[in-house]
Formats: sequence, structure tokens, C-alpha cells
Amino acid sequence: MIQTALIMLAVGVFAGIAGSILGIGGGMIITPILTLGMGLNIKYAIGASIIAVIATSSGSTIAYLRDNVLNLRVAMFLEIATTTGAIVGALLTGVLDPKYLYLLFGCLLVFSGWNMYRKLRRGSEVLQRVEPDKIASKLKLNGSYFDKAEMKTIDYQVENVPAGFSVMFGAGVASGLLGIGSGAFKVMAMDTFMKMPLKPSSSTSNLMMGVTAAASATVYFFNGAILPGIAVPMALGILVGAVIGSRIMQILPARWIRIVFIPIILYIGLQMLFKGLGVHF
Amino acid sequence: MAQNKSTANEMAQVETVIGRILQVGVIFSAIVMLIGLVMFLTTGFSGYAGSYVPRRMGQILVGTWQLRPYAIMMLGVYCLILTPVLRVVVSIYAFYKERDHLYVAITTLVLFILLVALVIGING
Repeated sequence: MIQTALIMLAVGVFAGIAGSILGIGGGMIITPILTLGMGLNIKYAIGASIIAVIATSSGSTIAYLRDNVLNLRVAMFLEIATTTGAIVGALLTGVLDPKYLYLLFGCLLVFSGWNMYRKLRRGSEVLQRVEPDKIASKLKLNGSYFDKAEMKTIDYQVENVPAGFSVMFGAGVASGLLGIGSGAFKVMAMDTFMKMPLKPSSSTSNLMMGVTAAASATVYFFNGAILPGIAVPMALGILVGAVIGSRIMQILPARWIRIVFIPIILYIGLQMLFKGLGVHF
Repeated sequence: MAQNKSTANEMAQVETVIGRILQVGVIFSAIVMLIGLVMFLTTGFSGYAGSYVPRRMGQILVGTWQLRPYAIMMLGVYCLILTPVLRVVVSIYAFYKERDHLYVAITTLVLFILLVALVIGING
């Protein structure tokens, strides 16, 4: 019993650090560890992972009184799409064959990983257009943040708002349907489609994941998918990990975040494609 | 100009207060979970027969009052689930203070959608 708690605590610290740096909830990482590694029933693994998503998201609020990297307007505007998507996803469970979702999202993630790789090679981080995007200006989505790694304030513009909004709706559906935070999709929507720099994208995704997951977590809480003996030590580990991770993220160059992120996003993308195609290992 | 400056100051203050509220919320749920976990590990007893887990709100509150470890742990988890919702609620206040009516409306809509999800969750 104590051993299980200690393992969960350690898994949590690891997931919290990784999650808060990359803006992903780690559901995709935690579910395999719990099911394949520890032989836990998938229902309880999903319950633990949705709590993990919230803990990662809330952990960074302990680290800072004010998160200056975060873009609150982008977060709230896009949350209309993710929370609606989460409800649709929850209602769709059992009606729709998840196979198609896996395939669609697998393709999107692989595309996004490839796109990030291209950006890495080109080296340009911040979009500066002569003509600001009309919708982005109207919704006041453009922002700026202070980059501690480069020691300067970076202004950025946002574009392709409808495309980003649509991908966010899909991310919400996936979250409701599969019980994940779908942080990787959220970062993709902002970074790849809306051309937001990576640090505000990760930080904003982190906040949004918590809000989206809170919707599905309530469902899981009341239907008994949450085992306190597993979820509690893991959540505590994640809170500690997330505090450490959000400190690291501030001083880490965006380039390094991308280098870590690309293999993970490709891995998750391929995993989803294989799952959609019904290939098992 | 002076008007602008005082508004900016006020905003910074509002944000700091919000940050503090959220910190307290997260730390509170962490402490509750930790107390439950320590009790569970030291006594080796969940407070319930077999592998039973309390999940109705009334059950959890009564169990917490009776110092049953699983009830306390579930209470902590529930508080943690509510922290992102708290974030949305205080953001409405922040936008209101900023006199950003568009975003007061947008954030209120998000809160409404969350409440719909909660109702579906309880009845589903």
C-alpha cells in the first residue's frame, strides 16, 4: 500500500514537470503507465488521469501569483469551444465509433509535429504581420509576454482564429469522449494554427486544460471512476512537479521546449493512428 | 493619464488578489488530500469495508466528519476539481474590474457551459 502510494507520487512528480513545461496534461502518458505498467482497469486509469490533468493545470497557479506568460483572453474565448466540445463528446460516448476520432486526431498531431519541426529549422518564433488579423484585433487576442530566457518583452499577433476555434472544439470532443486533457491539441491549435509563440501557447493550454477537464472530472467523480488510493498520491506528486516545471519553463529557451515536444507529439499521434487502424502491439 | 495609471495599478492589485485566492484554493485541497493520505497510510484502513469508495457528496461530508480516510481524500479531490471553476469565476470579476464587457460576457458563457456539464454529469 505504501509502495503503491510512493510509486504514484513519483509518477506524479515526473508527469507534473513534463506537463507544465509542455502544456499537456499527461493523460496520454499516465493511462499507459497505469494500465500497461501496473495492470489497473482502464476505467480507473482514466479517472486518475483526468485528476492528473487538473492537478497539472492548478499546480502552476501555486507557482505564480500572476502568470504573465498566460493569455487570459485567448484562454476564455477558446474555452467556449472546448467546454461545448467536451459536453458534445460526453454525449457522443457510445454513439460514435471512436476509431474515426483516433484517426483524425492522429493525422492532426503528426501534421503538427511536422510543422513544429519545420519551424525549428527555420528558427523564426514570433509572427509579425503588417496587416493585423481583423478577428484577433476585434477580440483583443494579440498579446505580449516577458521572456526570461531571452530577457526581453515579446509582442505577438494571433491569426486564423476560426481555424483555431474549430480545432479547440475537436480537442474538447476528444476530452469528453476519451477522458483526457488533450493539451497536445490545444497547443497545436494555438501554435500551429493561430501562430501564437510556444510559451504563451503552453501556458494558456495549461489553464484551459484544467477548465475543460473540470467538466468531465465531475462526471467521473460521481460515477465512481476515481480511486483515492491511486489518484490522491498522484495528484500530490503532480502539484509538486508542476511547481518545479513552471519554474523551469520560464528560463528554458523556446527552442528546447520544441525539441522535447516534437517526439512526444509524434509519438501520441502515431499511437492514435495505430489505435484507429486497430493495430495492437 | 493619471486615470490610466490608477486603473493599471488597480488591475495589478486585482490580479494579485485573484492569484492569492487560487493559491489558497489549491493549497487547501492539497492539505486535505495529504491529511487523508497520511491517515490512510498510518492506520492502513480506508474507513470503509472492503474497497468501497464514498462518492455521493453527503456521504463524503459525513465520512469526513467521522474522520474516515477515504472520505477525506475524496473531499480533497473534489476541492481540486473545483479549482479551475474558481479560476473562471474570479476571471469574470477581473474582466469586470477592467471594464471589458465583451470578456465578462464570454467568461460568463464559459461558466454557464460548465454548469450545464455539471448538471449533465449528476443526472447522466
